[in-house]
Amino acid sequence: MLNLLLSRLATAIPSVLGVIVVTFLLTRLLPGDPAAYFAGLAATPQAVAEIRAKLGLDKSLPEQFLVYVQDLLSGNLGTSLTTGQPVTADILTRLPASAELTLLALFLAAAIAIPLGVLAAVKQGSWIDHLCRIVTTAGVSLPVFFTGLLFAYVFYYLLQIAPAPTGRLDAFLTPPPHRTGFYLIDSLLVRNTEAFWGALAQLALPAASMAIFSLAPLARMTRGSMLSVLGGDFIRTARASGLAPRTVIFTYAFRNAVLPVITVLGMVFSFLLGANVLVETVFAWPGIGLYAVNALLTSDYAPVQGFVLTMAVLYITLNLAIDLLYGLVDPRVRLDA
Amino acid sequence: MKRRHFLKSSTALTAAAGVTAPAIFSPLKAQSRQETLLVVAENTPNMMDIHGVGANRPAYEVSWNTHDRLMTYGVKKDSTGQDHYDYSKLEPELATDWNVTPTSATFKLRRDAKFHDGTPITAKDVKWSFDRAVTVGGFPTFQMRAGSLEKPEQFVVVDDHTFRVDFVRADKLSMPDLAVPVPVIMNSELAKKNATTADPWAMEWTKNNLAAGGAYKIERWQPGQEIVYVRNDDWKNGPMPKIRRVILRIIPSAGNRRALLERGDADISFDLPAKDFSDLKGSPKLNIVGTPVENAMQYIGMNVKQKPFDNVKVRQAIAYAVPYQQIQDAVMFGRAIPLYGGASNKAKGTNWPQVHGYKTDLARAKALLAEAGYPNGFETTLSFDLGLGAINEPLTLLLQQSLAQIGIKAEINKVPGANWRGELLKKSMPMITNTFGGWLNYAEYFFFWCYHGQNAVFNTMSYQNPAMDALIDKARFASGADYDAAVKGFVDMAFDEVPRIPIFQPLLNVAMQKNVTGYRYWFHRQLDYRQLAKT
Repeated sequence: MLNLLLSRLATAIPSVLGVIVVTFLLTRLLPGDPAAYFAGLAATPQAVAEIRAKLGLDKSLPEQFLVYVQDLLSGNLGTSLTTGQPVTADILTRLPASAELTLLALFLAAAIAIPLGVLAAVKQGSWIDHLCRIVTTAGVSLPVFFTGLLFAYVFYYLLQIAPAPTGRLDAFLTPPPHRTGFYLIDSLLVRNTEAFWGALAQLALPAASMAIFSLAPLARMTRGSMLSVLGGDFIRTARASGLAPRTVIFTYAFRNAVLPVITVLGMVFSFLLGANVLVETVFAWPGIGLYAVNALLTSDYAPVQGFVLTMAVLYITLNLAIDLLYGLVDPRVRLDA
Repeated sequence: MKRRHFLKSSTALTAAAGVTAPAIFSPLKAQSRQETLLVVAENTPNMMDIHGVGANRPAYEVSWNTHDRLMTYGVKKDSTGQDHYDYSKLEPELATDWNVTPTSATFKLRRDAKFHDGTPITAKDVKWSFDRAVTVGGFPTFQMRAGSLEKPEQFVVVDDHTFRVDFVRADKLSMPDLAVPVPVIMNSELAKKNATTADPWAMEWTKNNLAAGGAYKIERWQPGQEIVYVRNDDWKNGPMPKIRRVILRIIPSAGNRRALLERGDADISFDLPAKDFSDLKGSPKLNIVGTPVENAMQYIGMNVKQKPFDNVKVRQAIAYAVPYQQIQDAVMFGRAIPLYGGASNKAKGTNWPQVHGYKTDLARAKALLAEAGYPNGFETTLSFDLGLGAINEPLTLLLQQSLAQIGIKAEINKVPGANWRGELLKKSMPMITNTFGGWLNYAEYFFFWCYHGQNAVFNTMSYQNPAMDALIDKARFASGADYDAAVKGFVDMAFDEVPRIPIFQPLLNVAMQKNVTGYRYWFHRQLDYRQLAKT
């Protein structure tokens, strides 16, 4: 198992190196001159040149790259010019915000989609199958920002059930002390129930709108995978042997059908984590996607590089975790084969 | 179900579930709500220090409310009865009194003023701060220079509570320039403790830490999310502010900022589209105030170094082809001051901006084009900053249609916000629409940046005319009738030669709850929390 882990990690190294080089080059290729942007309103060519020198942008590309790699090795991802903070600190506060939202959304989606998919497959052609079809079609055809806006409008603006979309916590509540960065957990750790409910209330709408979107791939994959497994010989045998339908479906069919569902779950998670910029915008969520997009708009190199690098490392870890999970779920999957 | 009820019932729910509920209840919250101002904004400050490299506009607001300056500006009522800072009146802040001679200004400093950490504020702090502003380069140094404040030797500590500024030349902007956001007074001992040999002015440290003594302290700072200010109850440099806490939340979506205001959850915001301000004008719940931004305009600039815009007739033709009224109605929804359609192109006074004599007259435009030798028009490119696309995009589309009617094919070039400054610096775009505003409200200040042959970046037309330069230079140091003649002279010239076509003067719009009072317009266009109150 340890060997397996190490060999998998070794294969990840070239991808990480590639990501470092590519992000460095890409950000330099971006249009826009950060020095001119940050020189401010009263920019003279001289002031711009001063700022360019301060940012180290007057050096040659290989020199800049060398500086970048040296900084990386010491754990320094540079400083964001938009927030004025070290990128590492920014990412450490923003990643948990995105992760908390994404995990909750994914949990919601899986809790609905997987049973729905299983039932739809078992009762193929029944009303529940049609429901599954409607839900999934609606889910994919409603872009996240649209459901987000709609939810904010209906539940906050019209009905006033939901709290104001002002970020992770109501403006008049104090955030819990930073332990994990997940407000739900941190607030429980210090027994601040007001902050807990406040954070949960703020999470509800963005998580629901993201969940609706991710319902579709999960439910479809579960249904499809279940259908093919249910058609298998061993299921017919199990049924013929008089096993209870419940046992057949959950113990035999579902365990065999769950592999592709896990794959999709991983994909949806990594997609949502970085790509939910629009939800983050609508709900003023201080997440990592919004951070990266803002940085991109101002040609702020360091956060963009930091973001891509963090995401790359995260994806690699996630893939590794999923691979290892395969082995646990289905012992027949031999990864080293 | 109201949010508060939801919180209450959920607290009850957790209590029932056996978890200890905290001792925070709604009445307390309601009271603190009354003394707290919730500001919603689009952009986040990137530091606390206005001297920092790349400090953005929201950072000016942080600096303005947390620091003191020697002097501040007085207040007057504008034509609509709103409070407006008065650039003709300097009032005490840290300095209680000053004496100006032709060669220097001597300031008496308040004796009981203290920084946030309790250290008394003395003249050496003022000198250290001003030395810093003229030394660190970039924007602060530049702004100080605009008032002929150029080198540390000009700043003299007479004694602990007396400070002198020696002038290098007689410049009428020297005193006003000491009351703009840049010359803040910083706690020099505290800053020096956090300086390094590589960073003698502690620029790194002050990005995230205050060395200040102003009316507000910072209680919590979550970059990109929120800033929570608390009042400095020991503040001596002005009337005690009414608002105890100010929460600034960053809300990226304009729709949500509007919803928050309309629902009464947020108290005040600058950052709404023109259309929303126009819609909300009749709202019974909100107060909408629009103040003309001084010394500012939206304009069409033409590069006079390039054909065909080197021909004054072509420029005049374009000035007759701009669909002014359509822009005013459909782009600005009426929320702007027109700068077109005056009786003539003669200056009406020394105020700036002022109306010119051009109006939409396509027949005249066509005739001028024919005279210039372009009877069939020509092809060109019309560029704009996508960062301000909400105004620029419809504006350029209307202009494009109008130009097509006189045979000019203008291709629209959208430049991403990050790229715009760089493109302006290159001075290669043939035709642009842009906006510019100067902090100090003097016509010659605007012209010095935008029309002078020194060709600063804001002279986006690369316009160079020795006769105009002479008038601008004269106005900077003249007064009385000489001054008036010089200003009227260069205004006439600007309208006649028309390298830039003024379209409208923008408004600084703000939307606030009816119970928010004391809003004051400032030339830096940021919110001053110190005058606000909630009733």
